Amino acid sequence: MSNIRAATIALFAGILFAAGLTLGGMMDPRKVQGFLDVGALFGWGGGKWDPSLAFVMGGALVVSLFAFGTVKSHHVPWVGARFELPTRRDIDAKLVVGAILFGVGWGIAGYCPGPALSSLFTGGTDILWFLGAMLPGMLVAKKWFS
Amino acid sequence: MHPYLVSLFGGLLIGASVWLMLAGLGRVTGISGIAATALTAPKESLWRYAFLIGLIGGGLLFMRLFNTASIGVASTPGLIVAGLLVGFGTVLGGGCTSGHGVCGLGRRSPRSLIATFTFMVAGMATVAVIRALSGSAA
Repeated sequence: MSNIRAATIALFAGILFAAGLTLGGMMDPRKVQGFLDVGALFGWGGGKWDPSLAFVMGGALVVSLFAFGTVKSHHVPWVGARFELPTRRDIDAKLVVGAILFGVGWGIAGYCPGPALSSLFTGGTDILWFLGAMLPGMLVAKKWFS
Repeated sequence: MHPYLVSLFGGLLIGASVWLMLAGLGRVTGISGIAATALTAPKESLWRYAFLIGLIGGGLLFMRLFNTASIGVASTPGLIVAGLLVGFGTVLGGGCTSGHGVCGLGRRSPRSLIATFTFMVAGMATVAVIRALSGSAA
C-alpha cells in the first residue's frame, strides 16, 4: 500500500533529520543563539560567535541544491503520481511579516520548529512551554490565514 | 574531529533527509508545514505523523547516543512568547529554517531567499537587543 510505503520513507527521513540536528549541535539553543549573536564578532555583549549553524545549513544546502537540481518535470517520485512542490514565486506581506515574527521568536528561545519538536523528550520543561505555545500559534495562523 | 566538521556532517545528514523526502514522496521537508498540516488535516497526514515520530524518536535516541547537552536560554515567559511567535510566524510566512532555509534555497525560490534573509536578520537583531538589555541590567 502506497500510504504505508510513504510513511516508512518519511519515518526514516525523520530519523535522519534528527541525527543531523543532533550531530550539528542544533538541539542546543545556546549554539543557535550563539550563531545569531553577530555582535560578538565585534566584541559586543561579551559572548563568542558560534558559526556551527552556518556549517549545518551549508552542508544541508549543498545536498538540497543537488537534490532539487536533479528533479526534472517528467520524473515521478518513488511513491505518488507526481512531485508536489511549492509553485508560488510572489513576495507578499504575509511572507515578510511571518518571517520577522518567526525570526524574533527564534532569537528569543534559540528554537526553530525542527529542533523544538525533536527535543520533546530531552528538552525538559523548557520545551514543553515552547511547544505548548508553538502548536497553538500554528493553529491560530492556520485558522486566520487559510 | 573538529566540531565544525561534525556540524557540516550533521548538515549533510539533514540534506540526505531532504533528498529522501524529495525522491521518495516528491515533497519538500518543511517541518513547520508538516507539523501544522498534521494538526489540521489528520486524515491525509499518515506520512506526516511518520516523519514527526522519526524526528521526535530520533531526537531522543541520538541525544542519548551522542550524550549531547542542551541548555535553555530563555525564561518561561520568554519561551511562551517565542513559541507563539515561531508557530504563528512560520505558518503565516509559509516555512521555517527547513522549508525556506534548506529546501527553498535548494529550489532557488525567490520567496524562500527573502524569507530566509528576513528571519536571519530578525533573529540577529533580537539577540542583539537581548544582549544589550541583559548588559544594562547586569
